[in-house]
Amino acid sequence: MTGHPGVFRIVGQSVRRTDALEKVTGRARYLSDMELPGMAHARLLRSPYAHARLLRVDVGAAREVPGVYAVLAASDLTFCDPFYGPALRDRPLLATEVVRYEGEPVVAVAAVDEATAAEALDLVEVEYEELPAVTTLEEALAPGAPVVHTGEPLAGHFSDLSSLRAKPGTNICHQFDYTRGDVAAALTGAHLVLEDTYTFPRVQHYSMEPHGALAQWDDEGGLAVWAATQNPFSVRSELAKMFALNASRIRIAVPLLGGGFGGKTYAKLEPLAAALARVARRPVRLLASVEDAFRTVRRCSARVRLTLALHRDGRIAALACEADFDIGAYADIAPRVIQKGTYTTTGPYRVPHVKLHSNAVYTNTTPGGAFRGFGVPQLVWGVESMMDVAADRLGRDPVDLRRQNLLAHGEEFAPGDTPVDGKLEESLGRLAEAIQWSTAAAPGRAKGIAAMMKASVAPSVSEAIVRLHADGSANVLVSTVEMGQGARTVMAQIAAEVLALPLDRIRVVPPDTSITPYDQTSSSSRSTTMVGRAVQEAAQDVVDQLRKIAAEMLSEPAARLTVLDGAVVSDEHRLAYPDLLDHHFGMRGGELIGRGVVAPGRTKAALGGSTPFWEVAMGGAEITLDEETGAIAIESYASVSDVGRCINPQQCEAQDEGAVMQGLGHTLLEEMVYEGGQLLNADLAGYRVPRAGDLPPHLETLFVENGDGAGPFGAKGVGEGGLIPVSPAVGNALARLTGVRMRELPMTPERVWRALRARTRPTTNP
Amino acid sequence: MSVIPIRSSSSVRCTVNGRPVALEVRPEALLLDVLRDRLELKGARRSCDMQVCGACTVLVDGAPVSACTYLAVEVDGREVTTVEGLADGDRLHPLQEAFIDHGAVQCGFCTAGMLLTAKALLAEDPSPTSERVAEYLRGSLCRCTGYRKILDAILACATPKVAAG
Repeated sequence: MTGHPGVFRIVGQSVRRTDALEKVTGRARYLSDMELPGMAHARLLRSPYAHARLLRVDVGAAREVPGVYAVLAASDLTFCDPFYGPALRDRPLLATEVVRYEGEPVVAVAAVDEATAAEALDLVEVEYEELPAVTTLEEALAPGAPVVHTGEPLAGHFSDLSSLRAKPGTNICHQFDYTRGDVAAALTGAHLVLEDTYTFPRVQHYSMEPHGALAQWDDEGGLAVWAATQNPFSVRSELAKMFALNASRIRIAVPLLGGGFGGKTYAKLEPLAAALARVARRPVRLLASVEDAFRTVRRCSARVRLTLALHRDGRIAALACEADFDIGAYADIAPRVIQKGTYTTTGPYRVPHVKLHSNAVYTNTTPGGAFRGFGVPQLVWGVESMMDVAADRLGRDPVDLRRQNLLAHGEEFAPGDTPVDGKLEESLGRLAEAIQWSTAAAPGRAKGIAAMMKASVAPSVSEAIVRLHADGSANVLVSTVEMGQGARTVMAQIAAEVLALPLDRIRVVPPDTSITPYDQTSSSSRSTTMVGRAVQEAAQDVVDQLRKIAAEMLSEPAARLTVLDGAVVSDEHRLAYPDLLDHHFGMRGGELIGRGVVAPGRTKAALGGSTPFWEVAMGGAEITLDEETGAIAIESYASVSDVGRCINPQQCEAQDEGAVMQGLGHTLLEEMVYEGGQLLNADLAGYRVPRAGDLPPHLETLFVENGDGAGPFGAKGVGEGGLIPVSPAVGNALARLTGVRMRELPMTPERVWRALRARTRPTTNP
Repeated sequence: MSVIPIRSSSSVRCTVNGRPVALEVRPEALLLDVLRDRLELKGARRSCDMQVCGACTVLVDGAPVSACTYLAVEVDGREVTTVEGLADGDRLHPLQEAFIDHGAVQCGFCTAGMLLTAKALLAEDPSPTSERVAEYLRGSLCRCTGYRKILDAILACATPKVAAG
């Protein structure tokens, strides 16, 4: 494990998670553990049809059930603006006139207990007129296809998405275009032009804790919501709009989350819980089941057509991409997913001529949204597979060909955006070494590699407050959500380092929009970089105040004073923080408050802001194959991430081990299967996520640490990157082992077996 | 034709974490709900709700069961152990210590079930191989850690195999 003794005290150390004790003893509290006096329990009636007109919704009998406090259908939502959505407000709280996917909420009930709520829902009568549905990209993009949304949706609350480009009369909700150089000319002059299409499946986050919200209105018309959300401030914006409330009248508090992975970004169940609580006139808790989660959000599936052109000497000449993303029935954050994913199609490579186009396509399926990797895995799967095909065609080694094309440290990725902030060659070199690339695989085995580079969300804002109390302990106020990634521990480490205090004197306050300051989102691998820097600044602000007080007391210039072990020290003096505060306030009381703000603002970069850092990850797999069944086994996997510096090495490892295994899910196992508009496997019996037995016998995570990240102490983001190279690394290994090139995920035994059978027929070079 | 009367509730006497408990429960009441809502033992968690994920795993007479699909009446006369009963006062169970030390805890939603499953495994086989641990955890899902650190933590609590002399 990497440590930095002598440089930092706590940063760079694998300290125990600050929430570990409560989690191993069962004392940790999640949303489903929270109850309020008089609280009602909510349940939803969901549409059995993928697309249907609502002819009649009769909730009369449901309202008569004793113990029922509120029954809501769309027509009852006269007390609020019932539409929401971060990119487009295209999503009604409850289906209005039409249902657009199987599982869309139609009626909501709050009752004394879940059984009573369920009983009431049984008495609801809904008459549907089934409409033709589109559940695939092919169906949705066909001429004359049924249109999922016919009206003009309202803009959401993000400025970078204010110019959504829908194609009226079609299912295209948004298009993204990016061009650099002249691709057509470059293709003419290239030695090798490869064209191919790769597809990525619909997959489900399956955070073990499903979505949930607990809402309560106060006597003065204010709203409090305890929510399992990754971004409480975005939820606040939605609720403020829907219920016409000032932000200051809304409180969104976030307990520990049982996983998120992007599935808990943006409002999900919170608006419904708030609407029910308003009518029920009591607190209402709405807990989703896992089956509900499958009908709440998923990853956007994609079909990606790529054209990759190279010169004879191996330099990439051009890359063109035409991507269609299936975003399901409502936009959620998918317009940003397709922009951000497509924008970095060229990954870590130097590509002079680029032409990218992507469509966000509505279908009658569960809405697609954010999921670890945010649009990037869909592109990297194809591009990195084709890099290996190119190497094969050019007679080049895949590592060598990639190395030749890597962007250099400080080189521009795209005009106006942040230059490359890592040493990509070092990552590739570490990977090649870790999987012993130069040593041939044993018979029956093959190796494959892949690389990726991902932008974080920009522009974005994170703020932090550090309060140093009279006893020399401190609270860190940030709105970073602890969802398992360990952010609370990392923030405590950063504050402890700067304040020169032991970790146990620091307490990070859980997010509460009425208490903790603004933070855009706990996603996009951004918290350590953005919030971490805000914490560092806020703590430094406190230190500066302490030094100023000490300087006055000692009549010494502040510049000669430093902090050490909870005291301001000079060559001759040592003044403990409590004594400094006592002197400053003239009593044992009062506190010093430090503030940190990180807000890089808008830039001329293509997405409206420059990424605060580049997330860089590379992966290498060694596989075996059971040719009889088509089952792939990953015998060994190495993941390399450039994190600038590990604030907590063990937690960095934990992030990447988890990311690799989640990537292994969509690579080999996971896919949400629809038939006739019905989701067939919306539970853990039918949807297979990786188990302990799927862990590769050898799994290694390595970190490049040059202290060159934009975050505190030269750190930068980690968490998403490790997931992204898994599919192409495994696909490339399979191609090297068998000559079979897979273009569809997951690479299930059946698909691989069929591809192996087809191999015996004459085919083009894989 | 005889009519079988449906009892509205049944008496359950058992021990939970070593303490005697007597409860009246409805015949359809699930052990998970009784633990969480009646006994305020929130460590066992509901996730898949169909005996796949293991988040609700508790021990009944030492054997791991999915409390989400286990009738509360079935624990009559038996011993139930939940994660709240693992530590000895303030002294953590070695598995709890190992989970912390090895970084085997992330979001924590699976942790209680993992710990209890591991306890049952080590009672059955004090020196399991890594493969045996992975196989034993087939009903215990984790979406955060990737399992590596969980396996390491459990193996760290195994009794080293003494070489046959």
